Amino acid sequence: MLNLSALTKIYKTGDKALTDVSFDVPKGQVVGLIGPSGAGKSTLIRCINRLVEPSSGQVLLNGTNLVALRSGDLRRARRKIGMIFQEYALVERLTVMENVLSGRLGYVSFWRSFTRRYPGADIANAFRLLDRVGLSAHADKRADALSGGQRQRVGIARALAQDPELLLIDEPTASLDPKTSRQIMRLIVEICRERGLPAIINIHDVVLAQQFTDRIIGLQAGRVVFDGPPAALTEDALTRIYGAEDWTAMRQGARDDAQAEEEDRAQAKKMLGAL
Amino acid sequence: MNSTYPTTWKRPPQLVQSRVWRIVLTVGAIAYLLVAIGSVEVNWARVVVGMERAQRFIAGFLQPDFTTRWRDISNGLVESLTMTLTSTVVGVLISIPIGVGAARNLAPSWLYVICRSIIAVSRAVQEIIIAIFFVALFGFGAFAGFLTLSFATIGFIGKLLAEEIEDIDPAQAEAIRATGASWFQLINYAVQPQVMPRLIGLSLYRLDINFRESAVIGIVGAGGIGGTLNTALSRYEYDSAGAILMIIIAIVMVAEYSSSHLRKLVK
Repeated sequence: MLNLSALTKIYKTGDKALTDVSFDVPKGQVVGLIGPSGAGKSTLIRCINRLVEPSSGQVLLNGTNLVALRSGDLRRARRKIGMIFQEYALVERLTVMENVLSGRLGYVSFWRSFTRRYPGADIANAFRLLDRVGLSAHADKRADALSGGQRQRVGIARALAQDPELLLIDEPTASLDPKTSRQIMRLIVEICRERGLPAIINIHDVVLAQQFTDRIIGLQAGRVVFDGPPAALTEDALTRIYGAEDWTAMRQGARDDAQAEEEDRAQAKKMLGAL
Repeated sequence: MNSTYPTTWKRPPQLVQSRVWRIVLTVGAIAYLLVAIGSVEVNWARVVVGMERAQRFIAGFLQPDFTTRWRDISNGLVESLTMTLTSTVVGVLISIPIGVGAARNLAPSWLYVICRSIIAVSRAVQEIIIAIFFVALFGFGAFAGFLTLSFATIGFIGKLLAEEIEDIDPAQAEAIRATGASWFQLINYAVQPQVMPRLIGLSLYRLDINFRESAVIGIVGAGGIGGTLNTALSRYEYDSAGAILMIIIAIVMVAEYSSSHLRKLVK
């Protein structure tokens, strides 16, 4: 379980990115973090695993205060926090397998990782994960040979290889088409359910967030302005987060996407049936 | 909707805003250039004598003599090639840690300052001057040449490698850091794959620079084919000198083409 209390980040330039952010994420809950660009969504999830140093406040993961950890302990804590990135952030020139195995870096010695001689259990697990995300045939390909959706699946497998207790997910669908976006979101949520993993998904697509998450937190200028179930995200709440906008039109567009996907699937089933 | 828009547009001046200053600066620059050209003294009598020597030189070049001094030439060549290869390997090996230390995004500031200073010193001093220094220290021969070229390689590769490391995609490094990787694992997994093709390319490029330099520093006594060339010239054996020059040109061309081909291959 994750507990944030009074988390604040002030950048060196004096910009207040986060102000007094406090919330709990119980085991197995998938949280969608929404808000306009520059609201501090990226900063918030990076303050949790301290890729960005918070200025004050506490981050408790299963009882350990991550903010107080020194470098060695921080590395041990980080390996328990899987992270999935916008634009995938795979190491492009390494193979898919190396990218997945890099999730084990915190657990093996430098020499083992340097010679790529990982323990057998890690390798078996990596193959299992690649199979889970549907990429077992691509293990030896270089990461830059894959399509966007496939790369994000490798990113998911890398995060899961860490055997995480928490997933931090930064705009997982930002560079994917609507259909692939939904597939990736579905995969992430399924995996969180399977493993009872808590997750924070930083996402700018409100409709995807509502559809796939258990709870929505709205951030505006570094403050939590909404926290509740997806159903409670009314036009009023959206206006509080983003400012005035025509929300019905957006919802209609998203419904069209979903419908198109349904039709695609029905079509595919029909074709399979015909065979 | 009836407003009329201008039909002409001029690019606003980018560097000097004032028109007067632009004219003054242009006229001043041209005047200085004319005065400077006027101040170069040309001694035409000596040019004529020089042209005569150039004729003999070209004649020698047209009838290169590979055989008379072949032993000297082949010794010089072997020495030069040995010097080139060993100094490139040693220089690159030393410059990798220095380049990593000189990358602002990886190194703490004290290490950054140290590594940048080493690079600055190596780059500030021209090879010939370093060669004269090492020849004075360790005597004539290939050892001084080897040290000179290794030293020059450190500055070259170190600086360019550091710049390449500073330009890596930070997202890939961040992702590896987020897995709980140590600093060395970060270098091995996030930095090395991104800079390796460039490092190989630079090393091959430096290999052919080092061969060319080995011919130059030989003239001040640091061994190799340059020494042989110098001897041939001072003995007025222009036919042997021509042969040596042709061999140098041939080797440089082979090195250049094969290295650019190899660089295209590693992507």
